[in-house]
Amino acid sequence: MADRAIHPSTPVPQRTTVTALAPDAPAAVSLPVPAAPSAIRSYLSQRGSGALADRSFGAIMLLCACSIFAIVIFIASILVLRSRLSLTQFGLKFFTGQNWDPVSGDFGALPFIFGTLATSLVALCLAVPLALGVAIFITELCPKVLRAPISFLTELLAAIPSVVYGLWAVFVLVPIVRDQLGPWLAKYLGWTGFFGGTNFGVGLLTASIILAIMILPIISSLTRDMMTAVPTSQREAVLALGATRWEMIRIGVLRNARIGIVGAVILGLGRALGETMAVAMTIGNHPVISKSLFAPGYTLASAIANEFSEATGDLYLSALIEIGLALFLVTIVVNAIARVLVWAVTRGAPARVA
Amino acid sequence: MSAQPNLPDLTPPVSSPARPPMNFGTRAMRVHFGYRKATNLLVGGLAILATVIVIAPLVAILIYLIYKGASSLNVAFFTRPPAPVGEQGGGMANSIFGSGVILTLASLMGIPVGIAAGVYLAEYGRGKLLGNAIRFTADVLNGVPSIVMGIAVYSLIVMQQKHFSAFAGGVALAIMMVPTVTRTTEEMLATVPHSIREAALGLGVPKWRTTISVALKTASPGIITGCMLAFARVAGETAPLLFTAFGNQFWSFKLNEPIGALPLQIYVYAISPYDEWHRLAWAGSLVLIVLIMVSVTLVRIFASRGVLKGGS
Repeated sequence: MADRAIHPSTPVPQRTTVTALAPDAPAAVSLPVPAAPSAIRSYLSQRGSGALADRSFGAIMLLCACSIFAIVIFIASILVLRSRLSLTQFGLKFFTGQNWDPVSGDFGALPFIFGTLATSLVALCLAVPLALGVAIFITELCPKVLRAPISFLTELLAAIPSVVYGLWAVFVLVPIVRDQLGPWLAKYLGWTGFFGGTNFGVGLLTASIILAIMILPIISSLTRDMMTAVPTSQREAVLALGATRWEMIRIGVLRNARIGIVGAVILGLGRALGETMAVAMTIGNHPVISKSLFAPGYTLASAIANEFSEATGDLYLSALIEIGLALFLVTIVVNAIARVLVWAVTRGAPARVA
Repeated sequence: MSAQPNLPDLTPPVSSPARPPMNFGTRAMRVHFGYRKATNLLVGGLAILATVIVIAPLVAILIYLIYKGASSLNVAFFTRPPAPVGEQGGGMANSIFGSGVILTLASLMGIPVGIAAGVYLAEYGRGKLLGNAIRFTADVLNGVPSIVMGIAVYSLIVMQQKHFSAFAGGVALAIMMVPTVTRTTEEMLATVPHSIREAALGLGVPKWRTTISVALKTASPGIITGCMLAFARVAGETAPLLFTAFGNQFWSFKLNEPIGALPLQIYVYAISPYDEWHRLAWAGSLVLIVLIMVSVTLVRIFASRGVLKGGS
């Protein structure tokens, strides 16, 4: 379109230069009135003003953008609406009650909250040091040749669907935890009390391990982003003072990126809290609170996944939807905190010099 | 922490000639330096170890998957619906088809909305409060667990219609695609230089036309990358389909009927007690992973070829 408009218009500047060459002629007399409007002018006058099209285009874009708000509001309102029964019947007691008894209609979500927090925190403890190690290796230590393949492989971990992790965990990880890792932990760390009781292979520990594997890629890739956002001058400054490479990483990189790294960890926590399928397949699905990591448990998300389709009765269903509402609100808050922290580092904010 | 007290005095000797040069040869200094070097090596070793530990499960999963899955793949897997319990054979043809239907529906709904929202953020909402609020909401929505989407769509559509449907599954996945597509579109549009837009606007091209034919077209490799990443992400989702598409052991060609989906079928088979079904679950997982990996790898090639690098 642009081509068509420019090409015929080439005579236009020539005509104006002709008049410009005669400066002594009074402008009012010899102003060359073009017989026909120029090609651009006629082209523009043929089409209506773009104002209406422009405004409606902008409005459609705005509408689609606002649909994101609408989605969040819709999810929140529909969950509140459908869980009204349970909200009014149990109130805050829902989150402190230890009984989950669909038969007698008594619903308390504490065991699920416990299971969710326990698996997520153990998963974080396992994943964060590993993710940091991977990020440090990739950004600071790795030879250039290996950098792309290794970061690609860690990102592939994120591409494996949850249900495939679950399948692998059921057939590979569960026997390992039951026969090798479990007895070893019970023997050497049994005194802590976290590794007592019967070890069935399915339980909090297995679920935590699979969760750790699943949240690793997101933490490590975000941490890597944070670390590459630290200006090179920071590293050079620390190295120039005679620091070893690790001192450079610790003082020059990690300290500057720490807010963002915390954000990445919290984002990983958000993922862990809401992870459903792999956990549902490995945690044992039994609503109890127990100190031992070998014991079976239940998480908010896996409870919904397992019981939702067999929920009979309105109260049961609305209790499960209330669990979903709790999960929704918690992950919204956790993600909001994480995003604020991550933005603080990457949004052109100067790296803090501590 | 250990480095600060031992920093060498860098004052040039000219200004303070009376001061003797710092002695690095003392025993304490050598021990300390050895300690620092050892820490350096130790941390380097730990980082390498961590990388190996992280790569190990990936390799283990992939090898096990290929070993278990490839032996169960045959023509029937791609052409037959599941066989009844106890019978040999059968496949997942209806689930693969169902996944295709649900993903097409989700893409048709989610991608246009996502791109439009991204256009708003990049072209209209830059620096505005509303734009920032939408960007933030999109990021937060990205972290909402998929199972919550599932029960929300269940409450809205399935409860109204009184039956599970392929359409409901598509809506649930579409909602999950929107934030990812929005954010990548926005990031990609932000990399388009302003001079290109100004050139078009200077020729009298209206803004909407500039956005579509110039900005979006220039950014299109990156945007396609984003769409495929979103697609790959929802392709493996099981949780939002549990109570929306529900799964189906038979062929289903209607959008308002329950329909099978590959991840759902894998889940059902994985928790079943039958060896034959476990075998099919592995085969299904292999097919699913290959589908996802192929699209992700294509995206990688696409993104590295073009000038525009793919976003997160």
